[in-house]
Amino acid sequence: MPADPHANGAGRNLRYVDAINEALALALAADPRVFVFGLDVDDHKGIQGSTKGLPERFGAERVFGTPLSEEAMTGIAIGAAIAGLRPVHVHIRMDFLMLCMNQLVNMAAKSRYMYGGTVGVPLVVRAIIGKSWGQGAQHSQGLHALFMHVPGLKVVAPSNPYDAKGCLIQAIRDDDPVIFVEHRLLYDTEAPVPEPAFTVPFGQARVCRRGADVTLVGISAMLPECLGAAELLAKAGLEAEVIDPISLSPLDLETIARSVEHTRRLLVVDTAWTMCGASAEIVAGVAERLGTQGGLGLQRMGHAPATCPTSPWLEAEYYPDARKIAARAFAMARPEAPAWAPPLDGAASPRKPFRGPF
Amino acid sequence: MMLQTEASPADLARIYRALYLIRRTEEEVARIYPSDQIKSPVHLSIGQESVAVGVCDALDPDDVVSGTYRGHATYLAKGGDLDAMMAELYGKATGCAAGKGGSMHLIDMTHNVLGSSAVVGSTIPIAAGYALALKGEGRGRVVAAFFGDGAVEEGVFAETVNFAALRGLPVLFVCENNGLAIHTPIGRRQAGTKLCERVATYGIEVARIEDGDVFAIRAAAARAIARIRATGQPCFLECLTYRWKEHVGPGEDYDAGYRARAELERWQARDPVRLVGERLAPEVRRRIETEIEDRIAKAIAFAEASPPPAADQLLRHVHAG
Repeated sequence: MPADPHANGAGRNLRYVDAINEALALALAADPRVFVFGLDVDDHKGIQGSTKGLPERFGAERVFGTPLSEEAMTGIAIGAAIAGLRPVHVHIRMDFLMLCMNQLVNMAAKSRYMYGGTVGVPLVVRAIIGKSWGQGAQHSQGLHALFMHVPGLKVVAPSNPYDAKGCLIQAIRDDDPVIFVEHRLLYDTEAPVPEPAFTVPFGQARVCRRGADVTLVGISAMLPECLGAAELLAKAGLEAEVIDPISLSPLDLETIARSVEHTRRLLVVDTAWTMCGASAEIVAGVAERLGTQGGLGLQRMGHAPATCPTSPWLEAEYYPDARKIAARAFAMARPEAPAWAPPLDGAASPRKPFRGPF
Repeated sequence: MMLQTEASPADLARIYRALYLIRRTEEEVARIYPSDQIKSPVHLSIGQESVAVGVCDALDPDDVVSGTYRGHATYLAKGGDLDAMMAELYGKATGCAAGKGGSMHLIDMTHNVLGSSAVVGSTIPIAAGYALALKGEGRGRVVAAFFGDGAVEEGVFAETVNFAALRGLPVLFVCENNGLAIHTPIGRRQAGTKLCERVATYGIEVARIEDGDVFAIRAAAARAIARIRATGQPCFLECLTYRWKEHVGPGEDYDAGYRARAELERWQARDPVRLVGERLAPEVRRRIETEIEDRIAKAIAFAEASPPPAADQLLRHVHAG
């Protein structure tokens, strides 16, 4: 199991965005094959701070902006990777990956296989999911499940600064294409992060909190919401076990299934739609492992099955949060009890809400 | 009448060897195809050989090519292994892609054949990305990216030419313009068909070779490659050519009505395989042909005798390791 990011003495407190930046700087310094590119990585804002300072430190040959041309730039990265370089291609919002789908699905994912193992594509694609302050229809999508569907791609979605740094260094060292899913709302969250380079292995989930009554699996920005929900549930007398899958493909179903074996109840919460999503895959995988005997409770939460609205009132309905998660988990664990909703003044979402302007 | 381009006897023999190898390999593929031993859709380049041969003859062994799903010619012209290609068509374990790619994904990295794609245009930026790495390497190596006239309709073509010109990438863009995308003529697909004029607006050198003359293509490629090595800037070649066969498969389809047999006859009149062959001394020609017929027969025997991939290879190469 990966080290506990909140363990004492694990390093300085670092924000998620700075952990990404530090991982890139360490990788660039350690390996001359690494380069970082994408629209606006070298402008004065530096992809919301995550690439800031890198062009000055490593030069325009290794950290550079591009034309928009998302498909061609993805192909450029694939060709460079086949030639032995280690590109990190950056997208300020995940929605833009739709312009890269041909290259990612038809070329990056398949090159090693369809060329009989004679080439590899050590490519990292950084993609940030947005949320709130009117991000709306095309700046808010969590599309990781599209990539989980395709053999040959790896997908990771770190939920905290420690994993962000460790997973990004692992992704850059990995010999296969990795879709690295970030979440804008996590950018300001802090956790202790060791200074030197380290890796978080893919395919290993982390049990973040122990509990016997219900298993909560939180993906990306939904992990802190699940931890918040566990606090609320504790006040109602229920102990939730909270698991961060960290890596979605490969997916550590064993750790999740082991937990559900004890709790008998699984609620998977995704920062994405549930239809054919990561949550569906996790629930199906657990059901396959544990069978249908013994009355398992298996449920999912995610974005409402609609396009993300911009109005904050509608948006509040659209997303799961700690209170909604706690209420759902309570109903699963205490089906005979009257419906329960956590008090509004209880443990709120652990994040600061994102305030504009963008 | 075709211009009888100056060529030394050694040039003639080398070019003929390449042309004849490709023509006869594909004719054998077409002959074997109905037997169902070839487990792969084949897009034959019969009639188009002079583009691959002319360009590849001007490249160094260290230079790189990327091709299209109609890529047998590119693969063989660059020196791709014939045994491994034939075995790949047969779906055998000894294939160049271990039986996992087939005719549309031929690759031979030891001869710098970078692979090819069934999704038109997809290899163009990958070739340019490879060139980005070669530029960093600083040894003057060049990537020749082959694609058809259909590929220039893909947005990724324009995106890639722009980026290659912007960053100064050592890419020779080679458009094999056979005037057809599957069955649709170029005039029904493109509002304006002056490809060179279009590409020249990116500020790179362009050249158009209209007659399929292998030596004219070779000369234009050599000029372009020298320029790329000297300036670091990409170049664009448009080579008109003609697909003699149907889009996919071994047959002809002139009765389908989308093109006239007269077009074929015009191109057959300047068939480079025949014309270059006729310029060779008969005994030289005979020796080359015998050698290549023997080589192809051995490749077919190799493919037939090779084992199929073991079932445990199914999940290998999804990831590294």
